[in-house]
Amino acid sequence: MKPTYQQPTERGYYGQFGGAFIPEMLYPNVEELRQQYLSIMAEPEFQQEYQQLLRDYVGRPTPLFEAKRLSAKYNTRIYLKREDLCHTGAHKVNNTVGQILLAKRLGKTRIIAETGAGQHGVATATVCALMGMECIVYMGEIDMERQKPNVYRMRLLGAEVRAAMSGSRTLKDATNEAIRDWISNPVDTHYIIGSVVGPHPYPDLVARLQAVISEEMRKQLLEKTGSELPNYVVACVGGGSNAAGAFYHFLEEPSVQLVAVEAAGHGVHSGHSAATSVLGTPGVIHGSRTLLMQDEDGQITEPYSISAGLDYPGIGPLHAFLADSKRARFISIEDEQALKAVAECSRLEGIIPALETAHALAALDQLGAGPDDVVVINLSGRGDKDLETYIKYADAIM
Amino acid sequence: MTNRIKDAFEKKQKNLLNIYFTAGYPRLHDTVPLIKALSEAGADLIEIGMPFSDPLADGPVIQASSTVALANGMNLRVLFEQLKGIRESVPETPILLMGYLNPVMQFGVDNFCREAAAAGADGIILPDLPLDDYVAEYQDIFRRHNLRPVFLITPQTAPERIRRIDELTDSFLYLVSGPGTTGGANTQAEGVQEAYFQRIEAMNLRNPRLIGFGIGDKASFQNACQYAEGAIIGSALIRALEGVDDAPAAAKRFVSSVLA
Repeated sequence: MKPTYQQPTERGYYGQFGGAFIPEMLYPNVEELRQQYLSIMAEPEFQQEYQQLLRDYVGRPTPLFEAKRLSAKYNTRIYLKREDLCHTGAHKVNNTVGQILLAKRLGKTRIIAETGAGQHGVATATVCALMGMECIVYMGEIDMERQKPNVYRMRLLGAEVRAAMSGSRTLKDATNEAIRDWISNPVDTHYIIGSVVGPHPYPDLVARLQAVISEEMRKQLLEKTGSELPNYVVACVGGGSNAAGAFYHFLEEPSVQLVAVEAAGHGVHSGHSAATSVLGTPGVIHGSRTLLMQDEDGQITEPYSISAGLDYPGIGPLHAFLADSKRARFISIEDEQALKAVAECSRLEGIIPALETAHALAALDQLGAGPDDVVVINLSGRGDKDLETYIKYADAIM
Repeated sequence: MTNRIKDAFEKKQKNLLNIYFTAGYPRLHDTVPLIKALSEAGADLIEIGMPFSDPLADGPVIQASSTVALANGMNLRVLFEQLKGIRESVPETPILLMGYLNPVMQFGVDNFCREAAAAGADGIILPDLPLDDYVAEYQDIFRRHNLRPVFLITPQTAPERIRRIDELTDSFLYLVSGPGTTGGANTQAEGVQEAYFQRIEAMNLRNPRLIGFGIGDKASFQNACQYAEGAIIGSALIRALEGVDDAPAAAKRFVSSVLA
C-alpha cells in the first residue's frame, strides 16, 4: 500500500517515517490497538457516542472567527479556529474523548498519559472523571513548576500527577515514564498519547481524532468565504496534534499552503531550541522513526522552549514526512516573538492565546499572504494556564 | 558457524549466570577491568550495556547508570576502542552488547556489526528492534558478522510469536520474568510465573532460555534456574557498584554472593 499524506501504510509508515519500535513488553498492547482501532472507530455506536460527546461535552463545532483587526494589521483575511473554546481550554480533548471510548471498548480500566503544558493531562483527567476511570498523568518536574494551574486542575479532577525527574524533566521524560508505566501494567492499562507521536497506530489514531478540526473548517469556510479551501492553514507544532488536525482534510489539496510553526527558543542555532525540522535528523524516539534532535552518537538532545507544550525533541512521523516532502512549510519562532504575539492577539482581538498557539500567530508576518488570501490559524488553546509566565514578562510584552 | 554463546550452553547446561553492566560505569575506564573480574568470578555470559539517553525498557537504576556513563564520555566508538584485545584475556566467555536502536542506527548498522564482531562480541540485544525490521534489514548483516540476536519474550507473547522468535535466533531466549522494566520487584504471583515458565518449557524450543528482570541475589537466581538454563542479573550489580572505589573487586564480591 502506497502511503498518502492522510494515510500511512499498514505498518504505520509515512514514507521513511513511522513504524512501531517498541520493546516486546508493549507488543501485545500496541498490536491489539493496531488491529482494532479502525474497526472500533467505524462502529456506528462508537461514532454516535463520540459525536454526541464532542457536541454536548466538548462544545463542538468550535467557531471559525474572522479576526478583523488582525486582518487589517497584516493586510489579509485571517480566521481563527477557536479550539481555545473547547471544554478544558484546548484542542487536546478531541483526542482524549475518542481514546477513552476506545479504551472502554478494549476493556481497559486504568488510564495513563504524559503531558507537557498540562493541556493533554487536564483533557485526560477530565474524560477519566467523566467515565469513572483511574488516571495517572506523568509530567516533567520543570513543567509542573511552570504550569502549576494545570497541575491543580488535574488533581481536582481526581488524577494522580507523577513527576518525571530524569533528563531535562520536561515532556520527553514524562513520555519515557508513561511508556515505562505501560510496560509494567500491560493488561489493564491504556496509554492515551496526547500527540501524533509514538508507535503506530498512535500517530494515525490521534490525527483521525483531531481531524474534526479541519472537517469543520471546510464547512465553515464555505459558509463564510464561498470556498471550502483557504490559501493558508497555520498551526504550531510540538509533537504536532493540533497541526495534524488542522491540516488533515487539506493534506490532499495542493492549493492549500500548510504552515507548521516550531519553537526556536532563544534562536534556532542557539543551543536552546526545539526547532526539530531544522535541527533534527532521522532517528527513533518513543517508538517511531521520525525527525529528532540528537547528537552524532544518537543520544537525544535536550530541547528548549519557553512553552512547555512545544518543548519536545521530535515531531510526529506525519510531520516529518510533510517536512521531508516539502508538502508543508516549516517556520521557526523565538520565545520573544511568541510573547509579542500574545500581547498583539490579546489587544487586537480580545483573545489571550496559549503560549504554544502564540508561536503560530507570530508567523503571520512571514507568510507572504496577500489582501485577498484567506489564512486560517488554528487557535489551539487559551492562555489562562500561561498567566504566570505572562506576568513574569509583563514589562516586555505590554 | 561456531559461536561462544552456543559453546557456553553446550559446555554447561544448567545454572548459567549472565551478568549485565553498563559500559563506562561507574568510571569511563572500568569497562575492561569489569569484564575480566566478572569472568574470573564465574559469570558464564557478560552483557555490556551501551548507554542511551532515553532507555524505555530500563528501570531507574540502569537508567541512572547510563546517565553517568554518558556524562563520563562513553559512546560506541570509545567502547569498541576499549574492547580491542579483550579476547586475549577473556578468550571464552560470550560477550553480548545490549542497548537501543537509535545509537546503533546513527553509527550505521553495518559499521556497528563489523566493529562489534572485531571487538569480540558474540550477540546483540536491541529491545526496541521490531522482528519484521530485523528480518528485513538486519538479519543478513548480523549473519555476515556471526553475531547472534537475542529477543525478549514476556508472559503476554503469543505462542506463534515465540516460535517465530525461536526460529530467528541461534543463541538463547530472554524470558522477561513478569511485567515491568529492569530491576523492578517481581509483582507476579508465583503460581502465575511458574505457569508461564512451564508453558514455555513445554514448547520444546530450539534455543535455551535465560530468565531476566527482577533477579538480584542468590535466592532469586536459584529459583529462576529451576525453570530455565540460567538467569540474567543487571540492576543488582549496578547497585553494588554505586559509589565504590574498586569496581572490579565489588563486582567479584557480588558474583560470589550469587554463586556461593
